[in-house]
Amino acid sequence: MMKIKHEASERHVLTVTVDNEAGILAKIAGLFTARGYNIDSLTVADITENHAVSRITIVTHGPPAVIDQIHAQLDRLVPVHKVVDLTEAGDHVERELALVKVSGTGDARVEALRLADVFRAKVVDTTTSSFIFELTGTPDKLDRFVSLMRELGLVEVGRTGVVGMMRGAEAA
Amino acid sequence: MSEERNGASILVESLVKQGVEFVFGYPGGAVLPIYDALFGDARIRHILVRHEAGAAHAAEGYARSTGKPGVVLVTSGPGATNAVTGIADAFMDSIPLVVFTGQVPSGLIGSDAFQEADTIGITRHCTKHNYLVKDPADLAAIVDEAFRIATTGRPGPVVIDIPKDVQIATALWDEVAPQQRNRYAPQTRGSDKDIARAIELLSNAKRPIFYTGGGVINSGPRASQLLCQLQALTGAPTTSTLMGLGAFPADHADWLGMLGMHGTYESNMAMNQADLIVALGARFDDRVTGRLDAFSPHSTKIHVDIDRASINKTVQVDLPIIGDCAEVLEQLIEAWGNRKAQDLTEWKARIDGWRTRKSLAYPDNKNAIMPQRAIERLFALTRDKDPVIATEVGQHQMWAAQYFHFFGPNRWLTSGGLGTMGYGLPAAIGAQLGNPDKLVIDIAGDASIQMNIQELGTATQFRLPVKVFVLNNEWMGMVRQWQELTYESRYSNSYSDSLPDFVKLAEAYGWKGIRIESEADLDAGIQAMIDHDGPVIVDCLVAKEANCFPMIPSGAAHTDMILYGDHVAGTMDDAAKALV
Repeated sequence: MMKIKHEASERHVLTVTVDNEAGILAKIAGLFTARGYNIDSLTVADITENHAVSRITIVTHGPPAVIDQIHAQLDRLVPVHKVVDLTEAGDHVERELALVKVSGTGDARVEALRLADVFRAKVVDTTTSSFIFELTGTPDKLDRFVSLMRELGLVEVGRTGVVGMMRGAEAA
Repeated sequence: MSEERNGASILVESLVKQGVEFVFGYPGGAVLPIYDALFGDARIRHILVRHEAGAAHAAEGYARSTGKPGVVLVTSGPGATNAVTGIADAFMDSIPLVVFTGQVPSGLIGSDAFQEADTIGITRHCTKHNYLVKDPADLAAIVDEAFRIATTGRPGPVVIDIPKDVQIATALWDEVAPQQRNRYAPQTRGSDKDIARAIELLSNAKRPIFYTGGGVINSGPRASQLLCQLQALTGAPTTSTLMGLGAFPADHADWLGMLGMHGTYESNMAMNQADLIVALGARFDDRVTGRLDAFSPHSTKIHVDIDRASINKTVQVDLPIIGDCAEVLEQLIEAWGNRKAQDLTEWKARIDGWRTRKSLAYPDNKNAIMPQRAIERLFALTRDKDPVIATEVGQHQMWAAQYFHFFGPNRWLTSGGLGTMGYGLPAAIGAQLGNPDKLVIDIAGDASIQMNIQELGTATQFRLPVKVFVLNNEWMGMVRQWQELTYESRYSNSYSDSLPDFVKLAEAYGWKGIRIESEADLDAGIQAMIDHDGPVIVDCLVAKEANCFPMIPSGAAHTDMILYGDHVAGTMDDAAKALV
């Protein structure tokens, strides 16, 4: 009998600078599906004044050899200028933004507000029975906040996915 | 001088500027403006195929045999989807193609219009790059960049999808070159440090081997010459992948023959026992490596490839060198200088020991022509003509690779990566156009030849004297062979029933048809084929159940080759069956 085997994998954050042309996002996302790579999160927005260049941050996981392949495969797409594996490159910052809607009254509502303060979340919308919190931080911090809110009347979560950047004065 | 021209006219001018001789295509609604621009234009010759897959493969055959990019023109929807197999084939085998597809007018895109298909979406992962042209003003620059992308770095297909309104709308066109975008600049030279390290490894190796691939062919004839020079300096035995055949002359004393699944015993054993592998423009394909954890366990590996993504994809190497084969070979030769080659006597004696296994020997057959014998005679009788050989896919392809021998690049056209049945006939047509004075032969099987047999008409129309040599065993032979080896000879749907009479079929298309039924007629039949000044199909009836050996069964190591006469169990465990 044959069973499908799964390999141990690592999490990596990649930033990809690309020409902002039609279909580029489909090309990159499709590369991951076509070659069986994983996408944990993907964010994209244009970053230059003339809207010609976009920066994509991809969080992926896979065995080291696969991560190396992902890097190489992205690099050989014509509209791709540069690929940086932040995890490989070293000390870097990762941030994600979440909007978290919590509904409740009485103690739960007070507790939600207190925890939001601890997490330095901002209240961006409120009714007498609900809040929307805005929270930025590492994915772990967001995970923890969301799981606490689950007990206090979590209604809805929206997350942006990670953006990342190398620490220090230089561009990566 | 600049003037207003419509998109179709700008396209034709751009092709002329690129030096395009032939466009392989098929008209249809969404490319009518382009066909009108081509009408009566003597600068570009349009080759009308019978099916768009034929256009793409013909362009591949032209490209592979001439080193120039192949150009394809097809309509939207089915025109584009029919061409996709050839585009995917070119992507796998790194063949430079520029494919123009018509598209429904911009305003109708996404509306499920007549003959609409999402060509950009469909071809996204089987092209090196693709474009949807939105304004005729962009067209010249796009064509310019597309040819550069297709032909430089690791070559490959580029698709340019042009909506019909963009073909008709006008833009300012200038004879001077459009603004060049310099965003694609592949690395072609190895670093001095890596070259020095490679020379150190090469000059100290006791059991070195050159493992060369299609990249050497793609790098141009100079790369093949340089390979021979470096080999002469180092004395290292040389093997090649299916795609690399011809880069190294097959009559050289250090030639080991092809390696891999149907490679020779000596080449696979030498790969297994080598202490240094120098991979040149080869990508450690699964057909080459066999079982990965048993692949060449004792060797240091140098990998020269222009595509960074080929490095460490399946086999981890010790020294990657990113660069063009010819340029890196030149650097290596220069860095070698006046070094003395290692004494490889012992290594070559071991290889000679493996050669005595005579892995390409096959049994005699008194009642039928052995297919291997047919290829040997075809080779012997055409050798002095330095022919170009195309193949379809299957047993006949492997026999051609084993028993036909090549002495220079660009003479061997085969679908290696994608394994596309139906490749050979159109590829031969493209090659004949690019090499009008050469003998071009498609070695085919009875099943494969039927996949693009409509292209017989193309050869007739353009008076191309291509030859098709069918090894007819009334089976999809390779499928039958695998069923014999892994499924206890349960021959599920692999029998070629209702075959056409190939001789009559040839005649129906205005070709000459020759049938060879016994070994006594073999030489005369082949000679008649060569002597006929026009296209010929030879229907060569061969032993029906001959198998292609040596063979490394899927999931096995190089050392576990099956040779003719070995006992084969007839079944495999599930893990081996699951491999391709």
